[in-house]
Amino acid sequence: MRDPQPLSYLDAGHTLKSWFLTTDHKRIAILYLFGITFFFAVGAVAAALIRLDLLTPAPDLLTNEGYNRAFSLHGIVMVWFFLIPSIPNTFGNFLIPLMIGARDLAFPRLNLASWYIYMVAGLITLFVVISGGVDTGWTFYTPLSSVYANGHVVAALTAVLVSGFSSILTGINFIATIHKLRAPGMTWGRLPLFIWSHYATSLILVLATPVLAITLLLVAAERVLGLGIFDPRLGGDPILFQNLFWFYSHPAVYIMILPAIGVVSELVTASAHKRIFGYWFVAYCSLAIAGIGFLVWGHHMFVAGQSIYASAMFSFLSVAVAVPSAIKVYNWTATLYKGSISWDAPMLFACGFIGLFVAGGLTGLMLAMLAIDVHVTDTYFVVAHFHYIMVGGAVTAFFGALHFWWPKITGRLYPEAWGRVAAVLIFVGFNFTFFPQFMLGYEGMPRRYHVYPPEFQVLNVMSSLGASVLAVGYLLPLGYLIWSLFSGARAPANPWGATGLEWTTSSPPPPHNFVTQPIVTRPAYDYPPLSNEG
Amino acid sequence: MRDPELHEPFHDLARQRETDRFGMWLFLASEIMLFGGIFAASIGLRVVHPRAYVAASQALHLWLGTANTAVLLTSSLLVALAVEAAKSGRPKRVAWLFIGAALLGLAFAAIKGTEYWLEYREGLMPGLSDAAIESGAQRLFMDLYFVSTGLHAVHLTIGVVLLLTLAARALADKLEGMTASNVALYWHLVDIVWIFLFPTLYLARPA
Repeated sequence: MRDPQPLSYLDAGHTLKSWFLTTDHKRIAILYLFGITFFFAVGAVAAALIRLDLLTPAPDLLTNEGYNRAFSLHGIVMVWFFLIPSIPNTFGNFLIPLMIGARDLAFPRLNLASWYIYMVAGLITLFVVISGGVDTGWTFYTPLSSVYANGHVVAALTAVLVSGFSSILTGINFIATIHKLRAPGMTWGRLPLFIWSHYATSLILVLATPVLAITLLLVAAERVLGLGIFDPRLGGDPILFQNLFWFYSHPAVYIMILPAIGVVSELVTASAHKRIFGYWFVAYCSLAIAGIGFLVWGHHMFVAGQSIYASAMFSFLSVAVAVPSAIKVYNWTATLYKGSISWDAPMLFACGFIGLFVAGGLTGLMLAMLAIDVHVTDTYFVVAHFHYIMVGGAVTAFFGALHFWWPKITGRLYPEAWGRVAAVLIFVGFNFTFFPQFMLGYEGMPRRYHVYPPEFQVLNVMSSLGASVLAVGYLLPLGYLIWSLFSGARAPANPWGATGLEWTTSSPPPPHNFVTQPIVTRPAYDYPPLSNEG
Repeated sequence: MRDPELHEPFHDLARQRETDRFGMWLFLASEIMLFGGIFAASIGLRVVHPRAYVAASQALHLWLGTANTAVLLTSSLLVALAVEAAKSGRPKRVAWLFIGAALLGLAFAAIKGTEYWLEYREGLMPGLSDAAIESGAQRLFMDLYFVSTGLHAVHLTIGVVLLLTLAARALADKLEGMTASNVALYWHLVDIVWIFLFPTLYLARPA
């Protein structure tokens, strides 16, 4: 070692002030990690209530109103306070500057502001929870939300609106950083695919989120001031609300899944020790998904009375968006072919992701077909489909990322055997929970009801039991990861033998990421890494 | 050694300025999408109620709206001149041009307030005084009018505060050129949103 061991970002200050007023992207990522973990727990408690209540056909645990509030809370918290910020704001925040060889994000203070805005939104949500919740569902459909719903709807709308500003600022920061702060030699063609997918995600964050903001503002104004834009009694148009809402909320699905796709590209190449198959295809497919994703929102409204021609176009475009998604799956598989694969926990999570993403994607194709969609609209088939994408896909990738970059973030190695157990438990528990819901939905069980005919009970009990396995799978990492912070072995700079600039600096990295400015001379995933990288 | 204007994480000032400018454009793109939702709502309203929309437009005060368009365009001209003055290093001139633009912004707000007052007196304000509102569709039009011009006014107010802050900084000769042109960009956004609101609301009437 020629250089003295640099001070790590974790040692750069131990006071509360050094954390809460930090502009270091790595520390802000940790702040976000605490925030989203907390809200994941809140959303999970709501999910547990739902699954417990659904154990029996009778309404025994929750009242009708209580059940409505439980699934509304589950949706709002999981979508806006866990899934949307999960991978971008923790791993994206931590890794984007490291991966492109920059000292920080382009606007460090804006980054901190974005966390504070997120936390303010979170506190408003907590107020909503404590004061009794809302029963609108996470979709806030009018006129239910604007006229009829009980509870603190305006506070819930405000919370989501405020969290949106946090998203927009993060998106601006990421795009500007990727454009302007790449290290010398880090051309667009040498960027890790994690960066490409976060770039695509950020475009959606910046361009779709404001539409949600104005829509929720109009709903709030309708509820408080009696504005009538969405009110049919005045000649307003409730379908207009659905158009505006899904114009954001469908692309929002890609905000959740694109970062996960980026994570999996990193995990697959590092585990196979091989260059990604078809780099440019994977990179451009992220942009294609983001672009086409803006044009498919009408597939949420096939039964809402939109014109049959519009429905046909939206159906076609929804099928089209499956093409770039499928290309990625083929490319990951082709990357594994003839690779020397290490079956560590990150690889197991990546494989779990690919399987669940394919299942979620194929059922998405079914739902994009007009005839099938009419049959299964608002049933558990839809619920199962989007949980395969958001939980099976995004959350599995989140855990994969957590294991893969844990040594880099904390400087400690986690216990590998436990990691593998968690990966398998999550995969099994997930399928056990949600596969029965495909069957329930196809047989006609509607979503958002807690009373159901007795013939659906077996599948519902399976689903609830699966959920408890899933819960163990999620709690396990919490235990052994915290244990590793104190007792795990010290991590070397590059424990996986992976390429990528983040593995060339020490674990955990110094405050300004690199001791000397890195200069990039090779393409991404140029395996095996040079000896000085490992 | 380091230029006081240079801050983390940048190594050189030119790159930092480029990035600031680029970030501003991205922010403006998100603002365009914010108002885009309003314009989508107005298109929806006009498609569903074509006649009532046009009829409702006639109740607005066209000449006050036109005067405001001229006021706001002029303020944008002053802001553009201020950016040029900042480039050629004349802080006094920058300050006065920004103050001029801010005053025109306040004039815009005053005229808009007068319009709101007239509409209140004429019974065109939903919820508060709606005696003259004849149909549900006209009410929706007025709702849209107040929401969109209100949201625009919020942006305008923020812009006026920014312009005055910059003017004070320019007088103390502490103004960075890139800050001036970024705030100028924001002011042009306030302007261009109005340029689209004006025909959408006021000029929808028959010729």
